[in-house]
Amino acid sequence: MNTAVTAVAGNPSPTLARHKLMESLLRILTRCAAITVLIMLSGVIISLIDGSLPALKAFGFSFFHTESWNPVTEKFGAAAPIYGTLVTSLIAMLIGFPISIGIAVFITELCPPKLKQPISTAIELLAGIPSIIYGIWGLFVLAPLLQKYVQPLLIKAFDGVPGLSTLFAGPPYGIGVLTAGLILSIMVLPFITSITRDVFETVPPMLKESAYGLGCTTWEVVRHVVLPFTKTGVIGGVMLGLGRALGETMAVTFVIGNAHRISHSLLAPGTTISASIANEFTEADGTLYTSSLIALGLILFIITFIVLGAARLMLLRMKQSEGR
Amino acid sequence: MTVIRKTLAQLALATAGALLATNAMAADISGAGATFPYPIYAKWADAYKTETNIGLNYQSIGSGGGIKQIKAKTVTFGASDKPLKPEELDEMGAIQWPMVMGGVVPVVNLPGIKPGEMKLDGKTLADIYLGKITKWNDKAIAKLNPDVKLPSTAILVAHRSDGSGTTFNFTYYLGAVSDGWRTKVGVDASVEWPVGIGGKGNEGVSATVTQTEGSIGYVEYAYALQNKMTYTDMINKDGKTVAPSAETFAAAAANADWSKTKNFYLILADQPGADSWPMTAATFIIMYKKPDNAADSLTALKFFDWSYKNGGKMAGELDYVPMPDSVVKLVEKAWVDNIKDGGKSIWN
Repeated sequence: MNTAVTAVAGNPSPTLARHKLMESLLRILTRCAAITVLIMLSGVIISLIDGSLPALKAFGFSFFHTESWNPVTEKFGAAAPIYGTLVTSLIAMLIGFPISIGIAVFITELCPPKLKQPISTAIELLAGIPSIIYGIWGLFVLAPLLQKYVQPLLIKAFDGVPGLSTLFAGPPYGIGVLTAGLILSIMVLPFITSITRDVFETVPPMLKESAYGLGCTTWEVVRHVVLPFTKTGVIGGVMLGLGRALGETMAVTFVIGNAHRISHSLLAPGTTISASIANEFTEADGTLYTSSLIALGLILFIITFIVLGAARLMLLRMKQSEGR
Repeated sequence: MTVIRKTLAQLALATAGALLATNAMAADISGAGATFPYPIYAKWADAYKTETNIGLNYQSIGSGGGIKQIKAKTVTFGASDKPLKPEELDEMGAIQWPMVMGGVVPVVNLPGIKPGEMKLDGKTLADIYLGKITKWNDKAIAKLNPDVKLPSTAILVAHRSDGSGTTFNFTYYLGAVSDGWRTKVGVDASVEWPVGIGGKGNEGVSATVTQTEGSIGYVEYAYALQNKMTYTDMINKDGKTVAPSAETFAAAAANADWSKTKNFYLILADQPGADSWPMTAATFIIMYKKPDNAADSLTALKFFDWSYKNGGKMAGELDYVPMPDSVVKLVEKAWVDNIKDGGKSIWN
């Protein structure tokens, strides 16, 4: 007995020593992995700021609200790409969010079990399509359809309606801000859907069954039980989708029309931050041109940061109000 | 088990072989730049490799990228559709020369109008791209095309959205013929377009034009041919109507006076001559005068010389135009005069 105690306390067995070593190794390795993220992030921020300094020094604050983008005279302003990025993402979310929630509710609450798997797989496949394919499809299939049928209809329908008539004005080009928004809404769909579906499935069946037992309709269960229970997750999914929409490059470049202009009409061509960078970076000569493009990248970084920050803040508020 | 071990051993051997092969390929010529000549460079390189076993590693990343890479000395040669100014080359200690030519053509989509049925002049084309001419039946267009039934529809202007040598040559021509274009928009690989829709690459512009009735765009000649697009004829500097073809491109190059230029800084747009296509474009190679690695440079020069001598037919197959012999002589003389290692010409 006595010897056994000494063996454990003073003279640790090789097994124990190995476990201890493994433990500390694991701690060090995981910590290194976590630190890598921080190093990379700060590296990106520093190089973005450093790269955009010449442009920000030359144009100052006017860089953010100037619409002109002229490589010949080297006068650059980011207003048009910023506007395009925000508007296309907004359209994408306005269309994509309700549809995603609809799909998720259908799959978790109403879908016959036989259909459940095929629909889920289809959505996952949608997420797997490379963005360049969306771009080509948008340019060659969606844009002509919109140009021939949808856009003339929109122009006619809203002609004379104050506000909406300026939003849907001008010749139907097929490509433009609206088309980019539509493509983006399809692209964000799988992200939001798969996350909302997953969180909807975490709702304890007991809660739902009780609600049904009280005579609630499916709509009431979704509205009063499922959504309140899962809103954190749903908002997370939406933010993930929004992040994708803000940064999407290739598909947008193909269908937005790439004009550095701010138009009131959604049918007119525009541009986004990432589309401008993708279009012009390879041929950008001169420090100011390159630097202005990097400054656009910095702005996109800041926009994404603000979106994520706002999401966090919203979640915090919700938690607080729940605590009351 | 033995089977697995055997396979592993074979795999290891194969990998080692592959590694050795890559080492042997270190003698490959490395270059980067313009996308416009990439198909012909690739074709030449392929034929050259079967003959000499020396390959070409060409990254078609765009002219701007090519200039950046040669400045960083990561490649033996840079390729650009836009010639560098002689001062800039002197500052770098480099020279440039034209390698192969092509042409930019206006393409339109109008019902019932076939390739070559319409003609435009530089002034009208510039006014369309400036947004001054907005309808197809505008007087300026109608005057040039009395026999063509022009619709009253609006003109949709399509242009390249990515920075491009094609755009540089196109805007250079518009600037040469239109004061309004020169002062308002200017000449560059990408400009601030007053009107229109930007498509990415030749394929983006051609998609916009083929899908939209009443549109006009500009693409490389080879691209217009391969996609059966409706190109227009142009009225050139001498007031003659010319159709885009290898002959009219060659005429523009032959009429250009290369011998008086410094560093071959010459843009082939708007050249004189009755047969000259006004939007002819050459693409350029940039190399250092005193290369860090003389052997690599010599290998590259040998490839260029071979391409000048043997590449004409291949260029024609892809709708490019080889440089005239007179120009090639000037180029090779420039190699002898300029590219040196320890005071001695590398090329002789």
